Amino acid sequence: MHTKTIAELLKILDKGECSSEELTKIYLARIQKLDKTLNSFITITEEFALSAARIADEKRRKEDKAPLLGVPIAHKDIFCTQGIKTSCGSKMLDNFISPYDATIVTKLKEAGTILLGKTNMDEFAMGSSNETSFYGPVHNPWDPALVAGGSSGGSAAAVAANLTPAATGTDTGGSIRQPAALCGLTGLKPTYGRVSRYGMIAFASSLDQAGPLAKTAEDCALLLQAMAGVDIKDSTSIDNPVPNYNTMLNNSLEGLKIGLPKEFFGEGLHPEVEMAVQNALKTLEKMGAKVFDIELPNTKLAIPTYYVIAPAECSSNLSRYDGVRFGYRCDNPQNLEDLYKRSRGEGFGPEVKRRILIGTYVLSAGYFDAYYVQAQKVRKLITTDFINAFSKVDVILGPTTPSPAFNIGEKTKDPVSMYLCDIYTISVNLAGLPALSMPGGFVQQCPIGIQLIGNYFEEGKLLNIAHQFQQLTDWHQKTPLTFKE
Amino acid sequence: MNTSWETVIGLEVHVQLITKSKLFSGAATAFGAEPNSQACAIDLGLPGVLPVLNETALKMAIKFGLSIGASIAPKSVFARKNYFYPDLPKGYQISQYEFPIVSGGSLSFTLEDNTTKQIRITRAHLEEDAGKSLHEDFHGFSGIDLNRAGIPLLEIVSEPELRSAKEAVAYLKTLHALIRYLEISDGNMQEGSFRCDANVSVRPSHQTKLGTRAEIKNVNSFRFVERAINYEIERQIDILENGGTVIQETRLYDANKDETRSLRAKEQANDYRYFPDPDLLPIIVSADLIKEIRKTLPELPREKSERFERDYGLSAYDANVLTATKELADFFEQTVQASYQSEPKLCANWVMVDLLGALNKTNLDITESPISPERLGGLIRRIHDKTISGKIAKTIFEKLLCEKEDVDTIIEKQGLKQVTDTTAIEALIDEVIAKNPHQVADYKSGKDKLFGFFVGQVMKASQGKANPEQVNEILKHKLGP
Repeated sequence: MHTKTIAELLKILDKGECSSEELTKIYLARIQKLDKTLNSFITITEEFALSAARIADEKRRKEDKAPLLGVPIAHKDIFCTQGIKTSCGSKMLDNFISPYDATIVTKLKEAGTILLGKTNMDEFAMGSSNETSFYGPVHNPWDPALVAGGSSGGSAAAVAANLTPAATGTDTGGSIRQPAALCGLTGLKPTYGRVSRYGMIAFASSLDQAGPLAKTAEDCALLLQAMAGVDIKDSTSIDNPVPNYNTMLNNSLEGLKIGLPKEFFGEGLHPEVEMAVQNALKTLEKMGAKVFDIELPNTKLAIPTYYVIAPAECSSNLSRYDGVRFGYRCDNPQNLEDLYKRSRGEGFGPEVKRRILIGTYVLSAGYFDAYYVQAQKVRKLITTDFINAFSKVDVILGPTTPSPAFNIGEKTKDPVSMYLCDIYTISVNLAGLPALSMPGGFVQQCPIGIQLIGNYFEEGKLLNIAHQFQQLTDWHQKTPLTFKE
Repeated sequence: MNTSWETVIGLEVHVQLITKSKLFSGAATAFGAEPNSQACAIDLGLPGVLPVLNETALKMAIKFGLSIGASIAPKSVFARKNYFYPDLPKGYQISQYEFPIVSGGSLSFTLEDNTTKQIRITRAHLEEDAGKSLHEDFHGFSGIDLNRAGIPLLEIVSEPELRSAKEAVAYLKTLHALIRYLEISDGNMQEGSFRCDANVSVRPSHQTKLGTRAEIKNVNSFRFVERAINYEIERQIDILENGGTVIQETRLYDANKDETRSLRAKEQANDYRYFPDPDLLPIIVSADLIKEIRKTLPELPREKSERFERDYGLSAYDANVLTATKELADFFEQTVQASYQSEPKLCANWVMVDLLGALNKTNLDITESPISPERLGGLIRRIHDKTISGKIAKTIFEKLLCEKEDVDTIIEKQGLKQVTDTTAIEALIDEVIAKNPHQVADYKSGKDKLFGFFVGQVMKASQGKANPEQVNEILKHKLGP
């Protein structure tokens, strides 16, 4: 049962072959038994889950038509969940019980999902390996010595290990796509503004976007359907009609124009990853797609630009964690300054502090124009690159990451090499575009992700291509041996 | 050497807008509620919350801009002003920096010597208020009340064109009247709805370059503004005349000691690290919206004052006084109505001199006047139709202040109706002449001044009710040339 997709589980639940309560118990038991080696959950919400599952079963008997009724999922611990600890992977919020639900939490609840628990993540979503979490690193189900990716590493590992059918994540520079790639999943970062950010703890407000991680594109479509839409509580959410993603999955790929940016195939790309991308292209060509070479000339500027804008926003977003109203407060503060310094000094981990410092620096008088203003200009150039590309092609394809999962501890001493893991994903956030990562092969035992980047609000097209790809390939059906049974 | 000094003042006024909910959240804004009872998740800056702009506040800012002839930015931007303070929940204040909603425009006002001055407005922008720190009653701790956090403020910045404390006060009073006319603020200074920061510097009269300024923070009454500025001018001149230099700093006015003192020097000032708030999209204002808001503009104080001069024949000074607040202007116009439009100038006098004088004594506002415009107008109507004399009217006015009865009832009950019957007046005069033969003789021998004595005696005999004009006329006739 635990290897099923959401689409399959919905049929099983509908037929009454299994109740939501039984299903929920299966997953809860797996988490209890198997998560010790993975560390993918921060909080397990067993009681909430079981009572919600019973209610779902009751509703199903009354022919309730909620689209995901009774399906267990997990939320990244960045989403506020009423009455449940919401830590954001930080000591700072280790004691924070949210008094309200994030909009996507409400929406997925209304769609009928059952919350199994809250997944581990890099502290405040700052990291690419899930090693900055206050709760310790997440281990990759394919090899516990490897990272699961980040920052949505807990969500990715939990889905890959069949501890939950699917999970939510957030993506600021690749935080859904990169762990999805490293764990062999399908993960979607929607267009900026497609999904509400209300109740999603902010890292970099102009880049953050929530999305699903699941086994298949079809499951991602089901989840996105429930998550997407304008929200009056989020001024940056966009009032654009949400299409029926499911009906788009089986569109033909005949004549689809795929752009291959030469900048994504340069130095640093693992040859076997490149090979996997070429193989994926061949598969898509078989279905009628055409491949074109394109240019995204400012790609090399994406990482430096991102590491000005994201820290600038985070330095301000994280100012509210001051020990005054909620969250961590140091013992016996001597005065106000001591309260601030020690609460923040003790409550934040080193990567968060590094980014707050960078951000504070680039916003300072005398540096603002040279860094922040300049970065915003480059951001426009990067966006223009994509807009130009989409005047020629329908979708852009490339690797999600330069290489498969690396060892835990391998890059923690070298932040820049860690930042470079996001080289192919980051420019998408700067431009606000939707992008998806889907399994495209293996290097030894480690999954490889193929990234599809779409034009604004073309999540449907990305899901369609990935779904068609998954009809002809079985990479997405592979399960790590240890977590198969 | 005796240098003469010129004062340069620029004012920053924070006006609290009277919206029902806060600038970026749905929490209520009423004053005086239980601490933290009007602070929602957004005001508390909880993790994950986002701001959503209150459109009413935006419209109020635009309304203000239109009323001073400013330009309304088609695109303006909210920025974050970053600093740590316990009553600032997010660690930043959402304000406007590079691109304010209102820029330019001007405000004109009349000074005591009847000259008119026009001051240019630099800008006006929207921002959220911070909470309040309470330092008493917490035994070594500070309390934080976040009811005020997020309340919409319009910060109005003037050019440094004011040249004295008196001008500054005149500007403030004009601005205060304007925002109340526009009904965008209650202007309540005690509750902090109208707060002023003054930038003050002095320079030798012949010099064009500005002197170093000090900023006096948060002065919340017109009287204190005047005193604070005057103190500061003297302090700065004193420093300069003794060969010292003024430091650029923020100073606080202490009303008890009547002095300003240093709060923090500019070097210690925060670097606010302003940047556009990524949680809020730029505000786009369409020409249609501006048109729609322009339609809601009321008659403004200056227009009203000019109309009062024109339609009621009032002096510029009287028109100015009567339009100082919308409530007073309305009171006056209602009085004119109630007096059957008979004597607007007389109405103006009664409102300005008698009524305001009486209210002043009892420390009441025009809105709390015990005499309604209808009653005052009724009184003036009776003066106009000669039912009562001006003198009797004063007596009735005193009664109106403490009694609920209307004018005609009082006149009736107390028999205060003016005597206009010539025969009756003649009889009174004859009586007075008969009683005072010596004075009559003196008068006839040329002591003209005694005429007043006879008038007084007649009026007294009539208990003030005789029509004075008739008394004069008949007396002249009877006493002969």
